[in-house]
Amino acid sequence: MLNSGMLQTLLTGILETLYMVVVSTGIAYIIGIPVGIVLYITSENGICRNKPIHIILGTIVNLLRSVPFIVLLIAILPFTRAVVGTTIGSTATIVPLVVAASPFVARMVESSLKEVNAGVIEAAESMGATPLQIIWKVLLPEAKPSLIVGSAIAITTILGYSAMAGFTGGGGLGAIAINYGYYRYEDGVMLITVLILVVIVQIFQEVGMRVAFKTDKRIKR
Amino acid sequence: MIELKNVSKTFQTASNSVEAVRDVSLTIEKGDIYGIIGLSGAGKSTLVRCINFLERPTGGQVLFDGVNLAQLDRRALGKTRKSMSMIFQSFNLLSQRTALKNICYPLEISKIPRDRAVEKARQLLKLVGLADRENAYPSQLSGGQQQRVAIARALATDPQVLLCDEATSALDPNTTRSILALLRDINQKLGVTIVVITHEMKVVEQICNKVAVMEAGQIVECGPVRDVFLAPKSTVARDLILPKNEAVQKIDDGPLLRLVFDGQSAFSPVLSNLILECRTPVNILQANTQNIGGKMFGQMILQLPNNSASCARVRTYLTEQKIQYSEEDADQC
Repeated sequence: MLNSGMLQTLLTGILETLYMVVVSTGIAYIIGIPVGIVLYITSENGICRNKPIHIILGTIVNLLRSVPFIVLLIAILPFTRAVVGTTIGSTATIVPLVVAASPFVARMVESSLKEVNAGVIEAAESMGATPLQIIWKVLLPEAKPSLIVGSAIAITTILGYSAMAGFTGGGGLGAIAINYGYYRYEDGVMLITVLILVVIVQIFQEVGMRVAFKTDKRIKR
Repeated sequence: MIELKNVSKTFQTASNSVEAVRDVSLTIEKGDIYGIIGLSGAGKSTLVRCINFLERPTGGQVLFDGVNLAQLDRRALGKTRKSMSMIFQSFNLLSQRTALKNICYPLEISKIPRDRAVEKARQLLKLVGLADRENAYPSQLSGGQQQRVAIARALATDPQVLLCDEATSALDPNTTRSILALLRDINQKLGVTIVVITHEMKVVEQICNKVAVMEAGQIVECGPVRDVFLAPKSTVARDLILPKNEAVQKIDDGPLLRLVFDGQSAFSPVLSNLILECRTPVNILQANTQNIGGKMFGQMILQLPNNSASCARVRTYLTEQKIQYSEEDADQC
């Protein structure tokens, strides 16, 4: 079962998975952080209260989040083809991953910002800070530990999504598990991919928690 | 310097509206330490937020150096807020920044170059007595130290006014005293006008020169601390000076007198003399002394015997000795 060819396949799978997950998480954050910030500051008690924007953005986020990933994956195949020119392979998988992960990340960012002590924001306002100064110098730095924990959760969720993409010809460990384990009944390969996925999740989670703990100055050491 | 004209603030909720501040007018002069005292829910915190427009009043005007804050745009309001700093009950320091960086924060907002900001922050830390803790994070500082950092941060933009919202309410009595002493120092050395919101009479006694008593969103009396303290007119003011839970029990039917001693008489044996002169036993139901602005003041509630002749002798004696007194009802004090 585990000949050098198989090892090579698994290694490629790991690299493809990491590529898909890291790139799509990165893009999802580039989209999700601003969206999360806007959701937060336009809310009822936010620093830039704006009901219409809050409701419209919130609805879009909820709509995207309510579609199961496997359905979204298939539903946006034409969009994926339009963006990257193909629907097969790891690069093509990044498109649905970003579409699914961005609203998720936006909500994670919003909830991290909500944890910031309202008094600190009030203090900044009392000093005459502009909304942009409050976002850059208060909200994001104060929420940093929580944002890091959130990113560890986001990355493991995206890893789970990426495995599903194997069904529609996406690459990575998910594709290996489906092709060998599901279509060819090679339980051993299936088990190994599962183990590798578990290890990757553990590493992401552990690193995220440690970095968050290290950067959090609220913890007495 | 700060003038409130008929300021009101009503909060609209889905089902009803709450009038937190109702028709408040008061004038705070340059150099004042102005106390605003009241029980919880009296609207003090909302009122102080109306002064720097953290809460926009729904009625009336707020004038700062003659400028109506309602007419300022966002940028001009921001600029005005830099000369009206604020400190809070819960300190509200940035938890992810060191003490020094917290003080740099308002300077960053004002776009002061980094090295000048750090230099200024160090001076301020020295002023508040924390020069050796510049690299400590708020979580590593005690409540009193955090409030000192908050005061230093508030002073960074060289404000003319410092608004203190229950600044000592989360601190123990000793720390409270030292923070109040620091505030008085700042008032005297830097000439910063201070507005103190509190529910504790002893805060007002220790540092304020003027006081306004608030109840249910309104100012029920105001004036120099000495006057309000010696002759409180409103029930709230009486409650704050002589808390209800220390209320006196009337023992028999004799009339009650409330004696007030000013700086001089607080030190002379008024009561012993009174008893000797009038040959009348009196019952002390309550007594205390307080230090207001460096002078000792005392008040005492006496019960006289139920005998009009001796009561008359006591009243005459008190009048002759120029000791302020007033008749009290048992259920009022």
